[in-house]
Amino acid sequence: MADDHILETSGLTKEFRGFVAVNGVDLKVRRGSIHALIGPNGAGKTTVFNLLTKFLEPTRGRITFNGRDITAERPAALARRGLVRSFQISAVFPHLSVLENVRVALQTRLGTAFHFWKSERTLNKLNDRAMELLEAVDLGAFAGLITVELPYGRKRALEIATTLALEPELMLLDEPTQGMGHEDIDRVVELIRKVSTNRTILMVEHNLSVVSHLCDRITVLARGSVLAEGPYDEVSQNPQVLEAYVGAEHE
Amino acid sequence: MKNLQTVGYAALLLLGLVAPFAVYPVLLMKCLCFGLFACAFNLLLGYAGLLSFGHAAFLGMAGYICGYTVQSLGFPPELGILAGTATAGLLGLAIGFLAIRRSGIYFAMITLALAQIVYFFCLKAQFTGAEDGLQGVPRGHLFGVFDLSQPLTMYYTVLAIFVGGVWIIHRTVHSPFGQILKSIRDNEPRAISLGYDVDRFKLLAFVLSAALAGLAGATKTMVFQLASLTDVHWHQSGEVVLMTLLGGMGTIFGPVVGAIVLVLLQDWLTGFGSWVVVLTGLIFIICVLAFRRGILGELLALKARML
Repeated sequence: MADDHILETSGLTKEFRGFVAVNGVDLKVRRGSIHALIGPNGAGKTTVFNLLTKFLEPTRGRITFNGRDITAERPAALARRGLVRSFQISAVFPHLSVLENVRVALQTRLGTAFHFWKSERTLNKLNDRAMELLEAVDLGAFAGLITVELPYGRKRALEIATTLALEPELMLLDEPTQGMGHEDIDRVVELIRKVSTNRTILMVEHNLSVVSHLCDRITVLARGSVLAEGPYDEVSQNPQVLEAYVGAEHE
Repeated sequence: MKNLQTVGYAALLLLGLVAPFAVYPVLLMKCLCFGLFACAFNLLLGYAGLLSFGHAAFLGMAGYICGYTVQSLGFPPELGILAGTATAGLLGLAIGFLAIRRSGIYFAMITLALAQIVYFFCLKAQFTGAEDGLQGVPRGHLFGVFDLSQPLTMYYTVLAIFVGGVWIIHRTVHSPFGQILKSIRDNEPRAISLGYDVDRFKLLAFVLSAALAGLAGATKTMVFQLASLTDVHWHQSGEVVLMTLLGGMGTIFGPVVGAIVLVLLQDWLTGFGSWVVVLTGLIFIICVLAFRRGILGELLALKARML
């Protein structure tokens, strides 16, 4: 199995007016794994994320997804191929109901997204599947609520349910536990573990205890370059990593 | 709840049917035309989150095309209105195609700039009658049967067009397309990440909004038998923003309420000359500072609190 890497980058570089935010990153994400991207603030994690999902254009380098070059792909097209991202701040549709949030994602497979002459009742056939997804993240009781009224941790859960609705092969989660209390973190970690069966997850994460419990492989970024890659135990003993990461965190 | 809504709509329709026996029909028709115009504008602002500052171009251009085809080419009124609407839709396709690439203030400025080009085109072109405009456009017979020179016949035609237009907007808002549109308004990057080519959705919303604004403009020409530069002037683009905010953006009937209030105000205050402009400015300030949801928006919020 030469092709057991679902996502690969080679020499991925992004420059902003002379400032090199991401510098020659070679990343390999194994199919079926939970892969974490960590690093101190400003290491370029979110930039890498935006490059992978095509929200930013790379200055140099290649990205392949399932062996296919996606460097020139458009973000919406990429999502349709099965690479779906989440965002650092919770990405929900605040003025739609909780159910509608998930249903918007399910609508992609109906093919009636441009049908402005049809009643929205034609979408009701998606409600069962939407409810299933909401139940899976313990949001069944909130289905009718307008999303803006949902507590923060629940919004993250909703975001995951919405992403799952697309049945992505590869989920990219940008700091899924950011800004959460302990109970919420545990809930989200459990959730990620649950949804990781049969799919690959690449996540940016600050919380090292989350990473150590959840992730199979870790890539450490510092100043836009890869510092180390491997399982948590190995990477966490790497002196360079300790210096760059722990040093920056605890000083 | 659903029944209550149906009863409410029926009552409004009934009101529309008996209104010309109590109020001067031309004033009512003006209210309906501007109501539809504001409603169409709101499809873009309230449901796609796009503030166009060039909607006068669609209102005015449709008015000219309708007036010209009826007066000079001898089109029957229904075809004239259709031609005006279609032209506004095509113009919307062209302007929207360029404008949707930017958002926020840049979007507003591009629409304004392109609408100004349309204004100067109308000023210089032959068929628009330049500063005189098109005057004395014959109303003719609708479908060759109904004599539109009869005030009541004209009124009910306008009412039918208004109801049809608002129904199309209502349907669009509550359609699979409307759902995606609202999601783009709420969180555009997220909509992209779910696989939607948001530009295409915005463009369709823009074309629909422009075409319906054109329907209002073409109808207005038939009512007043006149197409003039006033309707393509950027004042008109500003006024529709005011109507929408005053009535309540993001509600179907809010803009209609705003349009009626503004039209009635202008009618009552004609004696005061330019002071009307000062007064509408004051109203705008009060509206933005004190009740930002607009008249209907505040009423709906009040109802939600009571329940």
